Amino acid sequence: MRIPTPIIEYALILPMLIVFGAAVLSVGFEAFISNKYRRQSQVLLTVSALALALIALIIVGNTNARSLAVEGTIAFDGPGVFMQFIILLSSILATLIMAERRVDPAGDAFAPRASAVAGSEDEVIVTKMGLVQTEVWPLLLFSVSGMLLFVSANDFLVLFVGLEVMSLPLYLLAAMARRRRLLSQEAALKYFLLGAFASAILLFGIALTYAYTGELNFGAVSAGISANNNAAGLLTVAVGLVAVGLLFKVGAVPFHQWVPDVYTGSATVVTAFMASAVKVAAIGGLLRAFFVAYGGYAWDWRPLFWAVAILTMLVGSIVALSQIDVKRMLAYSSIANGGFILIGFASTSRAGTAAILFYLLTYSLATIGAFALVTLVRDPSGEANNITRWKGLGKKSPLMAGLFGFYLLSFAGIPLTSGFVAKFTIFVAAVAGGALPLVLVGVVASVIAAFFYIRIIILMFFSDPDPDGPVVVVPSKITAGAIAFTSVASAVLGVFPQWVIDYVSSVSVFLR
Amino acid sequence: MSPEAYLILSSIIFSIGAMGVMLRRNAIVAFMSIELMLNAANLALVSSSRTWGNLTGQVSAFFVMVIAACEVVIGLAIILTIFRSRRSASVDEPSLLRW
Repeated sequence: MRIPTPIIEYALILPMLIVFGAAVLSVGFEAFISNKYRRQSQVLLTVSALALALIALIIVGNTNARSLAVEGTIAFDGPGVFMQFIILLSSILATLIMAERRVDPAGDAFAPRASAVAGSEDEVIVTKMGLVQTEVWPLLLFSVSGMLLFVSANDFLVLFVGLEVMSLPLYLLAAMARRRRLLSQEAALKYFLLGAFASAILLFGIALTYAYTGELNFGAVSAGISANNNAAGLLTVAVGLVAVGLLFKVGAVPFHQWVPDVYTGSATVVTAFMASAVKVAAIGGLLRAFFVAYGGYAWDWRPLFWAVAILTMLVGSIVALSQIDVKRMLAYSSIANGGFILIGFASTSRAGTAAILFYLLTYSLATIGAFALVTLVRDPSGEANNITRWKGLGKKSPLMAGLFGFYLLSFAGIPLTSGFVAKFTIFVAAVAGGALPLVLVGVVASVIAAFFYIRIIILMFFSDPDPDGPVVVVPSKITAGAIAFTSVASAVLGVFPQWVIDYVSSVSVFLR
Repeated sequence: MSPEAYLILSSIIFSIGAMGVMLRRNAIVAFMSIELMLNAANLALVSSSRTWGNLTGQVSAFFVMVIAACEVVIGLAIILTIFRSRRSASVDEPSLLRW
């Protein structure tokens, strides 16, 4: 049997190739560059590769017609390119805050040697020697290349490979926090076991989809579903399993238990990356799988998404009320925001897709800014994450507290912030798609959420600071620049959102 | 050849794996159960490939094997690190986990 040579459109997948190539090169750096220069070269390589990929994406996206690439397994379409843009942008910002060395007197945010036993003599020695775990950077690059593949996958096998390339490095990154090593390792173990469990469920759903249609390509699966009317039970199970696997990655209730633990246990800079880029990628994969492959089956999966969206919004907002740890509170806020994004699934329309794309952009920018600010509030033992310790921070550092308050107001969806515009567009699209009950639940959840966001703002500005409370560390110019960028972008998206909304509306068509 | 029989068998293996993950408390055993689930999916892919008469399912099974191998590397690294730390006397935070 003669197998024809596949046609690969290298130009259309150039951004992915750049990041993947840089990741491989970065492994080479680990082997060949001496200790002294390794960290600087890795950071430089990571930032420049991501920036180059972003530029390549903008050029390629503007000069090429939208089409399927690589034998129909990659979709080079509007939503795919826009989500790749968000992922690359937030990865660059996350890389900049990961490279920070000024805020922690001991060095960067990562353990000097992740394999050293926590609290042992060995760990003290490697800390004194000033070792740096530079494997963080190749892991980050591999994870980003997996995300880029995941959001543009037009084939279930590619989707699965992208998901694993994205997730496996993340499990390791979660284990690498410098402070509170045991907590970090436990977060990694929990993330790994539950993540691998979800991947296995997803894979079995994919296998059953293949058993039903005989195809793995999204377009062919969609055609197979509409052509085939018998044994619908098999298809229902398949779609259900794929939904569970992908909703787990999104962190939707009832598959959210890992989110607070992993977000709290990981180094805060890694959490910033997970809460922004990874969340965008997870929603992107879910969006394409259900809008393209299972689009013809929407009447049957939509009730599931209604239930999950309602549960996610309510549980995320209500449980956040009782949190006393800032990172845990932001984790529940991230869960609740995932619920708002799921409202967009209520209508498989262009407006719904556009609203989700806009929401992802605003949410990922504000999230990185918020987590970057969390790293700055410190006491001698590390970050002061307990909310009561943040008392009166507005009097010590009005700029930091003001910016954090701004992000919280954006998460809460107060008018004139980007979060408000994002929620508004998603609600409008849902009402147009006939999901009024979902929107009502969304409004109630927003009110509940606003309560706990505003509680923190009151705590920061209207109580007196503890004399022995934490201090706000002044970061390096790079981190300050990243924070400034996210806050300016959030403000612009809040006040002048129209041009971005027009743009996402024009790119919201999936190819199939 | 009845394709249903293979799908039923793979569903049974998948369910055994899923129950193993949820019921066993040992991280290694839970991890083995996940591998069982992946192999159940492989069986479904390969048998459906035969039913439909195309190679997609068989090729996918190879990809799944490679990914399962990667998962073993990462998983055992994490489990090993946490095992070594837990045996030491360090307690800086109360345990978060069920395991």
